[in-house]
Amino acid sequence: MADQRTTPTAGAERPTPAAKAAAAGNGSAEDPREKMLTTQLKKVRYRADALIEVLHAVQDIYGFLDPVQLLRVATELQLPPSRVLGVATFYHLFTFEPKGEHTCTVCTGTACFVKGADELIAAVERELGVPEGQTREDGVLSLLQARCVGACGLAPVALVDGVVVGKATSDMLLTALDKAGVGPMADGGAS
Amino acid sequence: MSTPDLFDIAQKEAEAQGAFISTVLCCGSTACLTSGGQAARDAVDEVVASNGLERDVRVVSTGCMGLCSRGPLVKVRRRGEDEVLYADVDGDAAREIAERHVVGGEAVEHGQLSLDHPFFARQVRVVLEHLGEHDPNRIEDYILRGGYKALERAVLEMTPEAVVDEVLKSGLRGRGGGGYPAGNKWSLLAKAPGDDKSVIANGDEGDPGAYMDRTVMEDDPHRVLEGLALCAYATGATRGFIYVRAEYPVAVRRLEQAIRQAKRNKVLGKSIFGTDFAFDVEIRIGAGAFVCGEETALMASIMGGRGTPVLRPPYPTERGLWGNPSLIQNVETLANVPTILNRGAEWFASIGTERSRGTKVFALAGKLENTGLIEVPMGITLREIVEDIGGGVAGGRPFKAAQTGGPSGGCIPAKHLDTSMDYESLQALGSIMGSGGLIVMDDEVKMPEVARFFMQFCMDESCGKCLPCRAGTHELHELLKKVCAGEGTLLDLDRLETLCEVVRDNSLCGLGQTAPNPVLSTLHYFREEYEALVAGAAVPQASAQPGVNAQDGSA
Repeated sequence: MADQRTTPTAGAERPTPAAKAAAAGNGSAEDPREKMLTTQLKKVRYRADALIEVLHAVQDIYGFLDPVQLLRVATELQLPPSRVLGVATFYHLFTFEPKGEHTCTVCTGTACFVKGADELIAAVERELGVPEGQTREDGVLSLLQARCVGACGLAPVALVDGVVVGKATSDMLLTALDKAGVGPMADGGAS
Repeated sequence: MSTPDLFDIAQKEAEAQGAFISTVLCCGSTACLTSGGQAARDAVDEVVASNGLERDVRVVSTGCMGLCSRGPLVKVRRRGEDEVLYADVDGDAAREIAERHVVGGEAVEHGQLSLDHPFFARQVRVVLEHLGEHDPNRIEDYILRGGYKALERAVLEMTPEAVVDEVLKSGLRGRGGGGYPAGNKWSLLAKAPGDDKSVIANGDEGDPGAYMDRTVMEDDPHRVLEGLALCAYATGATRGFIYVRAEYPVAVRRLEQAIRQAKRNKVLGKSIFGTDFAFDVEIRIGAGAFVCGEETALMASIMGGRGTPVLRPPYPTERGLWGNPSLIQNVETLANVPTILNRGAEWFASIGTERSRGTKVFALAGKLENTGLIEVPMGITLREIVEDIGGGVAGGRPFKAAQTGGPSGGCIPAKHLDTSMDYESLQALGSIMGSGGLIVMDDEVKMPEVARFFMQFCMDESCGKCLPCRAGTHELHELLKKVCAGEGTLLDLDRLETLCEVVRDNSLCGLGQTAPNPVLSTLHYFREEYEALVAGAAVPQASAQPGVNAQDGSA
């Protein structure tokens, strides 16, 4: 009975041959990431309403939303490309550019804001030469903001490659970044 | 067709747990893990293993114990003895506790935290009752504590109408912000025609300073599932969704695991408890959009689209997911339901105030001595929360304001510290209960900066569908930036106020309608700070905006 719902999930159980061809057409067919994405698509049974899950999968696999992959998603889920791009651009967590080797995410939730998250961002910008929201020219570090990582009891909080630094000071954060292997830019970009 | 025997499962679990002489409960919440909780747990495991005590000592990573600022927290419970709670337990301290207390049987004096500490003693735990006590990874541990009993009783002994009645009588109101009576919503869905109804748990906790729902989903996932299943039974829904922020991967994992366990134990899925009640739950993950906390936007997102709200009515209970009647309820609201059915509507209604029944979970943060997750009866005063539970403002500095309701809420100044924390009182002060973020600010915090911070948030999060919100939040942010930089005039303050009213009165959804709240409430209570800024007086600037040392004013 669950299958008789009149939802947009009807149809589109299988990728069309065209979808397969389009998918194979870009890049090498040997790319293991392509297979990983296929697995994810199968998992959601090519349902159009699973678009957000699929976009998460693309980002997990490729690190960012590559336009080529977005087109593949559109074909496989039988959605207009405009719809896929529209959804992808709506949500903040999706990114269209590859991230740096390391990421430093500073929480700018209210508790962290009250306890001086600004200073953490300023320190990383100043000392490591990476503007907020961007990736350093040498591709080593991305500096991002998070809305609230939910560790307000430890504010201010930052994450270095996903590892939380709680009750952070600028020095603590820079030390953690140094330990992760992020030093100042080689050509003194951090002027 | 076998039915789950909850009694049997509980019995076995009790026997298994009772076989251990001691239990070491290590807080496994994000906050404690961040401050070295894993090292503490590892040290305990190591000592237990090296003494060959695996059969005598049970080590459990529990959910959040609450007092996040003093983590990692470890609780030791030995058969026949009072339990002891240790704070700030790093690896070395954990080793000492394990060796001396767990193995040696003698409590370590230092680092102990009395359980009579007002932080714990003043709380009333309903939603959080199992946190810090049980293993969130095991359904058996939940069943041992009476889990799924409410569902069993409802499905086997109660009519759906009786369940709705019980929720109505309890006076439970939505914990997500609006405070709409849950029972009313339930009866609307129950009466709605159609046989493809959905119930949705809203776990899109977007308030940047709140983590109640995350903690409940991570640390007591079965409670959320049971609440949702009860809601489905009462309303005749066959499908359930839990919409979780993508920022909460642990919550997603725990819920997925809980769903698998619940299905295996036949408390979810087809023929629940051997009856013809069937209910399935799916998890949907957001992708970072505050507006998706709004009902209609959330549903658009569940259906895989852009999370833009639509005008209500029709309400979701008339036209929801894929055009079918649906109901959306906050995670914390649902988590109250099993207890309401277990202990009765009268019991629940006896907690709290006349119009705000029950308890509320707050994420207590900001400049306080004790920060963390608390659950208090509605009607407690703000002063009790700040001074008793929170231990007062950190460093003995003066209290300036408490912010509730996040970007949709307002700031409560010191003169209203004796306000009762309930829906109506907070609203009367220009704030809202919201989802439960409570951030305390001391005299170092600049209120116009706070208003600017929240407006920037709303501007970034505006979905762009309607003009008042899209352009209004942007213009408000520009004005606030100007004022904060010391470049504003008194006229700008009037403009600010007028524009706030325009945005509030004309926006399509709750995001825009409430976005001006932080500005209006700070303008109301802390106008002198704004005036000092526009007069160019020497109110020091928190952030290094260009043009801070503005023109010498006439003040």
